[in-house]
Amino acid sequence: MIENTDLRSRVRVGLTYFVVIFAGIICFFPLWNVICLSLSSNWAITANKVGFYPIGIHFQSYKKLLEDTQFWRSFLTSVIRVALGLSINMTLSVLMAYPLSKTDEEFRGRKIYMGLLVFAMLFSGGMIPTYLVVKQLGLLNSIWALVLPGAVPIFNTIMIKNFFVGVPKSLEEAAVIDGATPMQVMLRVYLPCSKPVLATVALFSIVNHWNDYFKGLIYMTKVKNYPLMSYIQSISVDLQQLVESGASTEEIEQAAQLSNRSLDSAKIVVAMIPLLMIYPLLQKYLITGITIGAVKE
Amino acid sequence: MKDKNVPRAKKANVRNRTSQIYFHLMLLPGMIFILIFNYIPMGGMVMAFENFKPAKGIFGSDWVGFKQFERLFSNSDFYELIRNTLVISLGKLVIKLVVAVAFAILLNEIKTMWLKKSVQTIVYLPHFLSWVVLAPVVFYMFGINGTVNSVLSSLGVDKINFIGSNDYFQGLLIGTSIWKEFGYGSIVYLAAITAVDPGLHEAAAIDGASWWQRVWNVTLPAMVPIIILMLAIDVGHVLSAGFDQVYNLYSVRVYETGDILDTYVYRVGLQQRQYSFATAVDMFKSIIGLVLMLSVNGLSKKFLNRSVF
Repeated sequence: MIENTDLRSRVRVGLTYFVVIFAGIICFFPLWNVICLSLSSNWAITANKVGFYPIGIHFQSYKKLLEDTQFWRSFLTSVIRVALGLSINMTLSVLMAYPLSKTDEEFRGRKIYMGLLVFAMLFSGGMIPTYLVVKQLGLLNSIWALVLPGAVPIFNTIMIKNFFVGVPKSLEEAAVIDGATPMQVMLRVYLPCSKPVLATVALFSIVNHWNDYFKGLIYMTKVKNYPLMSYIQSISVDLQQLVESGASTEEIEQAAQLSNRSLDSAKIVVAMIPLLMIYPLLQKYLITGITIGAVKE
Repeated sequence: MKDKNVPRAKKANVRNRTSQIYFHLMLLPGMIFILIFNYIPMGGMVMAFENFKPAKGIFGSDWVGFKQFERLFSNSDFYELIRNTLVISLGKLVIKLVVAVAFAILLNEIKTMWLKKSVQTIVYLPHFLSWVVLAPVVFYMFGINGTVNSVLSSLGVDKINFIGSNDYFQGLLIGTSIWKEFGYGSIVYLAAITAVDPGLHEAAAIDGASWWQRVWNVTLPAMVPIIILMLAIDVGHVLSAGFDQVYNLYSVRVYETGDILDTYVYRVGLQQRQYSFATAVDMFKSIIGLVLMLSVNGLSKKFLNRSVF
């Protein structure tokens, strides 16, 4: 009897390990495969031979990619956009989070601001009115169109606010007695205490700006102004356009064969590298982000 | 005593008044952006009741009342859009929940720490990648010449057109979305599992409960509040079936099953420039979404004592 349950639990543990490892492989394989494709020769790719390792290994695709000036121009646009967007996001949300973290007695009018923020988070004017506002402001084809709409990341602001609420009051009182203004209190007392939440929010902001392609797609009318994700999106759409234009299956297949899968993969890999670089940090702050992300009144 | 107190109270009062000014000033820059990019577009929604012409502007365009909405509701495409949106987002919602909960329970059983950490690192990653780079990955896997089809044909099964066929496209959307999100989604459930008092498990084990019985009677009940909370959040967003994913994967062949409200608004509004009509569709979606979120939040406050957003 005892041996029987022992065997059963061993089978269960074995199965558990199998399922978990399998899930890991399922998530890992498609991404790893892209790296292998970028290093493989085109004949191996068309013959569908590339799986877990590159075949006919070469670095031609990366060399070719170096010559793609638009790719690097877009890469640079994305880097500038992340830097600009991150600074704007952080400055505005920290500035807003501090007064909002006060009680209603300490800051009369807090409720109204809070209400305006939450409502703007839940309800949006939609794609077209927003587009028309950006257009009216003359921001089309300017990098500001990528960073000013969404300058205040409301959810992040509320996260910082929630964290500020938990900062011990005694610290602030000591600073106030010394004659510090609210601005000084925030900069010298609150910010140094809030590193985990600031790191989380900053990382979210970087990921958002790096990954966004849609703003680039609608607010930039010239490809030369595209950030990287919009550029990659626009080239992978070429094939899709062919499908949409009602081309025959043979034509599409032909175009797909001609498209350089190795080169496309190299583009994807390079576009993922900045994210992979900050990923260890992201993982470190994941839990903080999830546990303090709710509106508490 | 009294004489001493008066100036101090006065001083506190002055300080209080200056900090009020500071607080308003600190909120001002952010509020200006919120006003311009959130509230002005909300006002711009009146164009749903107009026949908006860019040359005439919001104030000069002809007022048509509910004509755009009548056109919307009498359009058979609209019901197809609603159906697609709901099927795709409810499919994602339910299956993702089951997979993420199951994965969290299994992952918690793994006692080899390096393995657990490595698997976590890998399964959380796709959440942070954009559909722009994942869409080609999906094509490489599920395209006619993709990895899955080459495995199928080596098994002697006919190739399947996952991406271009209405029979498979919704399944592909749901499946790949779960692939991207289940790991990240499991984090909250894993946290809930580790918060369970180990004494409960020991007591159950002493009473002779099997592993299944312990999962069913100890672990899962402890997860119910967080599961309901996550469900509530998702239900509030049920009309957003994932624009980025659909937009990067669909084509005209699968509009019948893959076109959702958001992609329709984009195509009709920004590509075909039917500004008023598209805004009407968007407005319909936003209002239903707001009502859903507020009711879900009300329920959550009442029964879970927790605000959803």
